[in-house]
Amino acid sequence: MHVPDGFLTAPVSVATGVVAAAGVAMAIRGSRSELDEKTAPMAGLVAAFIFATQMINFPVGAGTSGHLMGGVLAAILVGPYTGALCVTVVLIVQGLLFADGGLTALGTNIVLISLVTTFGGWAIFRGLVLVLPKNRGGLLTSGGVAALFSVPLAALVFVFLYVVGGAVDIDLGALTATMLGVHVLIGIGEALITVAVVSAVLSARPDLVYGARHLTPELSVRTPKAVS
Amino acid sequence: MSHNRVFFLFGLGVALLVAGVASYYASSAPDGLEYTAEDTGFLDSARDSATAGSPFADYAVSGVDSERLSVGFAGLIGVLVVLVIASLLTTVLKRRGAGRDADHSTPAGSSPDA
Repeated sequence: MHVPDGFLTAPVSVATGVVAAAGVAMAIRGSRSELDEKTAPMAGLVAAFIFATQMINFPVGAGTSGHLMGGVLAAILVGPYTGALCVTVVLIVQGLLFADGGLTALGTNIVLISLVTTFGGWAIFRGLVLVLPKNRGGLLTSGGVAALFSVPLAALVFVFLYVVGGAVDIDLGALTATMLGVHVLIGIGEALITVAVVSAVLSARPDLVYGARHLTPELSVRTPKAVS
Repeated sequence: MSHNRVFFLFGLGVALLVAGVASYYASSAPDGLEYTAEDTGFLDSARDSATAGSPFADYAVSGVDSERLSVGFAGLIGVLVVLVIASLLTTVLKRRGAGRDADHSTPAGSSPDA
């Protein structure tokens, strides 16, 4: 979904740039409470893994393709604030080094691919975690559904931005229908990859899954106040 | 510690394989947004990025003829660059967060940052 330069008018790009800057500043502040001896080393790996996985476009039929966005995956592994920073680093490197996503559209891409998927997806994930069984299946279901919805959610926000300031006059109904239809399909791929990776990390190192901390109290290092 | 190192190296190895080898087999069909743009008629408004002349533009290393090697090298470089930047960023943020927790009294460490 990397937006190239030119799709949106300059005022919209400036506005999304401001929103992106505010969102990243918020993520930097918030990440301080998430970053510890577990999440900090994990964050670099999560960002590198998302970059790698975003290179893999999978076909979704009808002559189109999609790739992982990674916002929900990152949020579950290292926390939503740190996760947003991970995806943002990926987007900046993609835009600067690989000309993937425009430079004037960098703010738009950070808003859509990093902030909307990470925080929107995390909200869905946390909501489901509260109502589903507190076990591995409940966690993976929550992650999968959040990942599935995070992609069409970002697509809808793009449609909103295009309605506000798209470069060319087009049929907005067709835009909404096509964007949503294609991105629901891509969302299925997002869900499958997210569940597979979270499941693998849960099996190997459940203590490294930020979003599973409510499940693994016996695995967290207890630091009794009386001793320290 | 070594337990962490094994996990980290395994994860990095997977990322390098995905970006360096599997990327060659990725679908080259237009992505969801590009497809929509073409379908609804605003694809032509796209302009080349200012970085389109980058030696790594479009995940191809300029000067490397083999498509397989070109995308593979681009992927390896990207994984390592992202790993270094994200690791440095989170290490710095963790340290500043820890410093803040340890010492609430001195605002000297709070530089006027973004």
